[in-house]
This record gives sequence, structure tokens and C-alpha cells, in this order.
Amino acid sequence: MESSLSEQILKVLENNSRLTNQEIAIMLGVSEEKVHMKIADLESTHIICGYHTLIDWDKVGYEDVTAFVELRVTPQGGDGYQKLAEKIKEFPQVVTLYLMSGAYDFLVMVRGKNLKEISLFVSGKLASIEEVQSTTTHFTLTKYKELGVDFDMGRPDERMVVTP
Amino acid sequence: MKELLSQKVLQLKPSGIRKFFDVANEIPGVISLGVGEPDFATPYHIREAGIRAMQSGKTFYTANSGLYNLREEICNYTERQIGLTYNPNNEILVTVGGSEAIDIALRTIINPSDEILYIEPSFVSYLPCIVMADGIPVPIELKAENQFRLTGKQLEDVITQRSKVLILSYPNNPTGAIMEKSNLMELAEVIKKHNLLVISDEIYSELTYGKEHVSIASLPGMKDRTILINGFSKNFAMTGWRLGYVFAHKEIMEQMTKVHQYAIMCAPTVSQYAAIEAMKNGEQDAAYMRESYNQRRRYLYHELNRLGLPCFEPEGAFYMFPDIREFGMSSEEFAMDLLDQEKVAVVPGSAFGESGEGFIRISYAYSIDELKEALMRIERYLQKKREAGK
Repeated sequence: MESSLSEQILKVLENNSRLTNQEIAIMLGVSEEKVHMKIADLESTHIICGYHTLIDWDKVGYEDVTAFVELRVTPQGGDGYQKLAEKIKEFPQVVTLYLMSGAYDFLVMVRGKNLKEISLFVSGKLASIEEVQSTTTHFTLTKYKELGVDFDMGRPDERMVVTP
Repeated sequence: MKELLSQKVLQLKPSGIRKFFDVANEIPGVISLGVGEPDFATPYHIREAGIRAMQSGKTFYTANSGLYNLREEICNYTERQIGLTYNPNNEILVTVGGSEAIDIALRTIINPSDEILYIEPSFVSYLPCIVMADGIPVPIELKAENQFRLTGKQLEDVITQRSKVLILSYPNNPTGAIMEKSNLMELAEVIKKHNLLVISDEIYSELTYGKEHVSIASLPGMKDRTILINGFSKNFAMTGWRLGYVFAHKEIMEQMTKVHQYAIMCAPTVSQYAAIEAMKNGEQDAAYMRESYNQRRRYLYHELNRLGLPCFEPEGAFYMFPDIREFGMSSEEFAMDLLDQEKVAVVPGSAFGESGEGFIRISYAYSIDELKEALMRIERYLQKKREAGK
């Protein structure tokens, strides 16, 4: 089953967003112009939402703190969750926001300089939102893997240098 | 000490790859395009099946011909892939890689002074295995201008009264060539006319780009005279598990099983359990890897063209076989010099037989970033050579 060109471009970019349009065109066997147009389209429709770099800040001694905060909110009707989400995602401290099934409603990933800063943000900003009933904060200790990428040194090529 | 050893073995040349490996391995910072195996680790669900087998104590011998369940799954898989039906009871044998299958197939059919026809350039084991089994090797030199395919005429030209078997290996290592149905039909006529057997090594069968792999065994009248070899190494990134398999007519299989039984006993048990998982649920993995290789293939081919290295566009496996004759060096000199100057390891074409002279094998079982770095170095090297040659 051949996937569509858009899908192929997205898969290639998802793994390596530094490839040039020309390189992508060669890899997929299509014209550079086509790739350019597809990507422009994917950007304007916000299917491609950004090009970021995955960094292990721990290794540069950055004392950043990340926490996952579970939020339980009063049951919402209509577009209640959407409205609430819009409120929460405006905070610059909020890095990631998901609506969840299960024991709580929102999972909020929060980043700050230290434990105190995050704690103050959770109690002062998140917990004080009218619909929020309770919060539970989990601080991360070690990051092993993010977005499918191993934060270890990466696996060395264990193959022998030359084989038949 | 040598007088105590076998003349036959003493006269075998050590593999050209081995020699090159010994040099390349000593050089720090070398970037290699010399590897004949996938860069993917075995898909995790397949590894897990191996782990489960170990945990539950599957540590005993299996039947000589392999676990029945595995044989059955391989037969099902083969039927889905190439539409051929084999009986799991007496037409299949699970081997220690495709390599063992090549060896035992040759040992099973050769009588001294039988002529064994094989294509060249090709995988390094055919010639020595023929010699060890007392056959007379008859290489058929393939041409870049024929896309390294074998023609009926070329085959007809080398056949004598003593010709016994033709060894085919498509998709091909080191050229990346494939054979299309029409090419195989042409060969099949000659093979039937002269009552030859075929050993068809199809270890790269999952890795063709844009064209479906066709097995010569699937052509009319060819199944019974074809010994069909395949395995898990390339198609499922399982090189280290050492597991392959071979199909043949039950009368051939009965004899081949004896050789396997006395030399090997059975293929590794844990690997066999992992392979069941590969056969049942591995098709997605193979498709994913194929797509990824194809992207690198297009990239490398484009770059070799840009560098002005004449190269046939490969349609299978994960190798390219560019022509380096413009530099007036032997392929070994070229590869050694490239290694020395720019620390890039490629394999000299002569390692795959005399007709590989004048070519180098470049593997694209590497990430695009690795290919980019290596190509930058190769470009620098070629520029220097060309300027010096002016």
C-alpha cells in the first residue's frame, strides 16, 4: 500500500526536519517544486505545526524542572472543555495540554525554573481556576525518551566495518 | 604444518572482504559504506518472541528440519508472497542462515567434475562452496550494460554435457540487479532444454523497489528443478540470529536433510521461535524498511550521478555498484586509497569475482546523514584524483 505524498513527506520530516526540499524530493522521487508546494500547504493548514529541536537540557546543566499536573474539573457540557483548555493553554508555563479519559480530566505538562516556581504556578494559577476541583502534581526525575527519541547517547553502530 | 592440511582448503583464496576488513577495522574515525547487513535492529516484537522462548525454557534441539510450526508459517508466508505451495512435511528445511543452505544444496547435488554455473559478480560464498564440494566452477560474467541480468544466450553459451546446476542470486549482492519475469522465462527455457537444476538464492526478496520480486521457481515447470533459498537476515533484519530456509523437491530434500542432520543437527531453537513471529506479524516491518531503503537508494543514486560516477540504477537489495575505471586503478587500489585518504570504507568489486574488477560496492544500509558525510568525503577524493589526472 503506497502512502500519499503528503504522508511520505510528513514521515520523512518527522524524523529529520533539517532535510532540504531538494533532498526530500530526491528521496521520494518527485520534483522539488512539488515538495515545496506540499510543504507550504501542510504549513498553512497547520498540519505541520512547527520545526523544533529535541534537546536534553540536563546534559548542559540546565536546572529546568518539568512536572505533569493532573487536573480534575467540574463536569463540562457543550464546549466547556474547549473553553477551559483555551484558558489553560495561554499560560506560558504550560508546555503540553491534553484532555484525558479516566480518573482525571486534563493532563498539563508544566516547565519552570525550580520546584517552588512550579508549585506556586499550580496553586496560584491552575488551582484557582473556578472549574478546577483538584490538582495532583508529579515532578519528573529523569527523562529517558521523548517523542520516540532515546536520550541516551544513542546506539553505536554495532555492525562490523566491512561484511559480505 | 601445511603438509598436514587439506590441499583443497589451502588453495582457497581468503575472502577479499576479510582482508579489507582487517585494514579498515584498524583506522579510527572511519565511516563505512561497506556493510552487507541492515542498519535496523531486529523489530522489537520479534526480539520479544525470542526472549519469551528463552524465558520459557525453549533451550532444546528441534527436529532436524526445524520446528513444524515454523515450517508451516514459512510455507504460508511463501504462498502469500510468491504464490508457491510447499509441503511443510517434506519440502522445506530450516537452516543456519542462507549460507548453510547454499553449502548443503551444493554438497547434495555435486558429483566430482560436475560443472556448476554461477553468475558473477556475486556473493562471495558460491565459488568456495562449489570448490569444497568438488564441483568445477563456471562463472558467467554479467555486464553493467545488461543491467547485470543474465540472458538466455549467455547461459546457453557456457552449457556443456557436464553442466549440472545454475546458481542465481536476485535481487543481487553486490550489483542490486533484479530479474523480471520475462528475463526469467527466457532462462527457464534454456534450463529445461538442458535439464539443469537451479539454486535460486532469494535472500533479498523483500527488497525490490517499484517492481515485484519474481521467483524462478514460480514459472511453469520450474518448481521441481529449483532449490529455493531464502532467510530472515535481510528481509527482517535478523542477521545475527543465523536463520534461513530452503525449499526443494522432496527427493532432493530427503538427501539434503541428511547433510544438514550430520553437519548441523538443527538451526538455533530460540531463533526459530523468533522467526515464527516474523512470519506471522512481520510484513509491516519489511514494508517499512523497504520504504526507508528506497529513499536512501534514490538519494545515493542521485548523488553518484552528480559526482559523475557511472552507475547502473539498482532495483533491489541495498547496494550500488559504480564504475571506477576512469581512475585507472584496480578496485582494490581504489578502495584502499579512498580509505587511506578520506577514511571511507567501500568494498572493492573484485571481492565478488574477477568480473567485479573496475567497480566498487557501496551499501546504502545507512542513515541519510551518514550517507551525506561519506559522499562529501568521496566527492573530495574524486576531485583530487581528477585534478591530479589532468
